[in-house]
Amino acid sequence: MDSRSPLSPKDVVDEYFIENRTRLLEIAAFLDRLDRAEPGYSGRDFRTQAFIEALAAMSGGAGRLERIQLLLSDPTTEPLGALDRKSAFGAYDKSTKR
Amino acid sequence: MHYIDHHAHMVSRTTDDYQQMALTGCVAVTEPAFWAGWDRSGADGFEDYFRQLTEFEPARAGQYRIQHYTWMAMNPKEADDRELSRAVLARIPKFLDRPTVIGIGEIGLNRITRNEITTYTEQVELALAHKQMILIHTPHLEDKLKGTRISVDVLNSFPTIERERVMVDHAEEHTLPLILDQGYWAGLTLYPNTKVSAARAVDMIERFGPERICVAGACDWGPSDAIAVPRFIFEMRRRRHSEDLIRRVVFDNPVQFLSQSPKFKIRPTLAREGALA
Repeated sequence: MDSRSPLSPKDVVDEYFIENRTRLLEIAAFLDRLDRAEPGYSGRDFRTQAFIEALAAMSGGAGRLERIQLLLSDPTTEPLGALDRKSAFGAYDKSTKR
Repeated sequence: MHYIDHHAHMVSRTTDDYQQMALTGCVAVTEPAFWAGWDRSGADGFEDYFRQLTEFEPARAGQYRIQHYTWMAMNPKEADDRELSRAVLARIPKFLDRPTVIGIGEIGLNRITRNEITTYTEQVELALAHKQMILIHTPHLEDKLKGTRISVDVLNSFPTIERERVMVDHAEEHTLPLILDQGYWAGLTLYPNTKVSAARAVDMIERFGPERICVAGACDWGPSDAIAVPRFIFEMRRRRHSEDLIRRVVFDNPVQFLSQSPKFKIRPTLAREGALA
């Protein structure tokens, strides 16, 4: 069963441009909001550091999504010795002591 | 179009959600045992929850002509507590013969601790000892890749495991290939924020094909959507995919996987609109 998209490139743009334009503006607004709260804060929080690295990874051509997923993932392979918290943060804190 | 949501935490949802699901074509759900959003105080709390899953919830779903099945487990969020986990695991076998229990799940890892891995491994052993199907939870966000790799490694360490009877759920683009390549089923769970959008789920069907992939809403007590699967169907139609392909993903595939349990009443040979038990 062929599961490739029947959409042409123009169809993809026609169908998805506006909603992704909106998402792009939301990201810009989030970063501006953060700068208004405190200019330079984004460079000190591991989550926004990763976010900004992810934005740079967007310009690298095909494979963007997996590159960003890897950038945000815990790269270690060893289990934790003890439970530290219940929830994930969304980005890996590279300063974490193991 | 009829669909099956293989992952729905209906104890957290209202009857209005059952109605919406029925109105949008849902004919069956399977409900994995999971965390309540807060830690239970002891094994008695789990036993009440398991009774709710096997007694109350099937009756509530039945009012909307939705078949309700369930999976029994110690969930990954509380699995680091070894004493509690041992007590809960001791209570699971007596539920396995109940008519709507189709396997062990959702088991797996949360923060990927040594204790979680021990509890997870014991539950795989429990499933194999009782010839149960298995549903695996994979961790969220930055923990997903590491957690999925270790979860699959543990599964692969059991030489007798029947991989076609195991679904590794909450897959994303960076974990889907490693699940499928090892012969397991993969679940895509459609969540507003932390998992996969309908558009990305369709992307994955387009990239990897529909073989051994199911989609679910995984609706629970957090931000989630009881009718996420119909939104996936709509997204597939936006891409102009055929109704046969859509039905394959939302109905035929879950029937193929779930009917490996003799308790699941919708049969794969009758997997079409007029073939519900």
